[in-house]
Amino acid sequence: MNFVLIWLYLIILLIMIPSMFGFSLGISEIYMTILVKTLEWATLNIQKANSDEGTLKPSSSNGLIQRENGSMEKELEELRRSRPKPPVGGDFTLSDCFYFIRQGIESIVDDQVTQRFTSEELVSWNLLTRTNNDFQYISLKLTLVYGLGIIVRYCILAPLRITLTVIGVSWLVIGTSAVGLLPNWRIKFWLSELVHVMCYRICARGLSATIRYHNRENKPKKGGICVANHTSPIDIVILCTDGCYAMVGQVHGGLMGIIQRAMVRSCPHVWFERSEMKDRHLVTKRLKDHVNDKKKLPILIFPEGTCINNTSVMMFKKGSFEIGTTIYPVAIKYDPKFGDAFWNSSKHSMVSYLLRMMTSWALVCNVWYLPAMHQQEGEDAVQFANRVKSAIAHQGGLVDLQWDGGLKRAKVKETFKEQQQKKYSNMVVRDDSSSNSD
Amino acid sequence: MGSRASRLLREEEIEEIKKETGFSHSQITRLYSRFTSLDKGENGTLSREDFQRIPELAINPLGDRIINAFFPEGEDQVNFRGFMRTLAHFRPIEDNEKNKNPSATEPLNSRTNKLLFAFRLYDLDRDDKISRDELLQVLRMMVGVNISDEQLGSIADRTIQEADTNGDSCISFNEFIKASFVVNIHICTVVLVLVNI
Repeated sequence: MNFVLIWLYLIILLIMIPSMFGFSLGISEIYMTILVKTLEWATLNIQKANSDEGTLKPSSSNGLIQRENGSMEKELEELRRSRPKPPVGGDFTLSDCFYFIRQGIESIVDDQVTQRFTSEELVSWNLLTRTNNDFQYISLKLTLVYGLGIIVRYCILAPLRITLTVIGVSWLVIGTSAVGLLPNWRIKFWLSELVHVMCYRICARGLSATIRYHNRENKPKKGGICVANHTSPIDIVILCTDGCYAMVGQVHGGLMGIIQRAMVRSCPHVWFERSEMKDRHLVTKRLKDHVNDKKKLPILIFPEGTCINNTSVMMFKKGSFEIGTTIYPVAIKYDPKFGDAFWNSSKHSMVSYLLRMMTSWALVCNVWYLPAMHQQEGEDAVQFANRVKSAIAHQGGLVDLQWDGGLKRAKVKETFKEQQQKKYSNMVVRDDSSSNSD
Repeated sequence: MGSRASRLLREEEIEEIKKETGFSHSQITRLYSRFTSLDKGENGTLSREDFQRIPELAINPLGDRIINAFFPEGEDQVNFRGFMRTLAHFRPIEDNEKNKNPSATEPLNSRTNKLLFAFRLYDLDRDDKISRDELLQVLRMMVGVNISDEQLGSIADRTIQEADTNGDSCISFNEFIKASFVVNIHICTVVLVLVNI
């Protein structure tokens, strides 16, 4: 019993209190330096062993195939180049199908979408069991470091981090409920922000998070909407350690519900019942009301609507871009070397995911605050959403995709196939109609 | 600390696939991890649904026919060997293969076999000729609802007329080869980029 108490006091003193007030005693920095050096050493060793053997790992970011990337028109013209043009009757040749066959086989070997819903492949192993897919035995030293890593992560770091997170979440619930009891004086808002930020900072320590913020002069202000790319629920912790936001989401039961109800006591968040979420007008109206009240905090929204693996940004849902207020884009990029932040909800439950995060090396990420954007004249919500998405993708070094993140679970719409068919039909019938018009 | 992928794929299997398809060792392991990532049921085989889950393939007008080509007659599951055998058709033709002994069995990725793959896409009933109906079916898949039955019919008629040399109103494989005018077969290859080939 005494041992547990000592352990607790130590944690509170050395880690929690400094982080609550925004400074650090340097313990985490030392850990990170050692970690970075170790991983560099491991990478060098693996590379050396691979080049001795003569096998080089392919760079996973380039994809598996060398694609032509020409348009349908260009490639079909290439296919048809060597045959005599028919005078009338439509421009079709038996070899046209080769274009579609090749596109099809290419997508079977490597496609742009399905890979976004599983964890990013690492170029070099980072000494975690879970990322050990293709890597073979290299040397005794490496194995020892790997073994040591397991002991450190599971027996020292994990209990430490779990304790911190439990403290952080409890403090969030207690603190916000306490602040909620105060009448609406100015001091209530200040205290509420203080409590929120402190709790998130404790939770961030609970994940050994090293976050680098860039361009903080662009931080979201009241009355606006902050949009960011979504990789996991931890994105919220990352952003909220540096500012206060109003959350948007569905009302949950259980522990999440308790946290939600506590948070909303101290400052307004926008929680929807499941039935209300289907009513787009209701959702838009409530969001509009919130941003129009200049005293309320900026709303935090993830327009992708689902977690993506942080290698790309997928389609932004246009809802938040129809509200007509200032949009503050934020790009979040995790460094996969230190731990995989992506939550694969079909593979891991939330609890199992959090445990995986706590047994990773650390969480290292970069957050860029981009300059505010407004909807321009003659631009509709979809175009605006795409413009913001491109800005975020460009800043974070992510691939900008038009595909919908909902494809994780849902089937693709038939309209896309119909578009392809229409395009091809134009290539078949176009010559026919032009010769008829003579 | 062995690699997870090749623990399930034995070295002998890799060698057999190498001999049959011509893919290199690293290409085979890479494609095996692609195969396992598509295999959501984790039972070592792919079903048609597993292929349909690839959005770029689902929107391809000939997607269903291409998927069909992977499955042997009447079967609903394809294993890794079958998967590789079909993909092998699309391996680029290498220079050293062109001068091979003509009496050896033709490699899967030969020019003829590539054209045969496309021919079989049309020839659904496997009677070694493309009938007017079969041609119309594929045409309809490629153009969707955008061209009338009449116009499509006349396109099909003209195509058969031009290609048919023996007057049976169908297109045989030899007639197909001549009529498709594919000089540069590179168009029917998928180039795998791996540093160590």
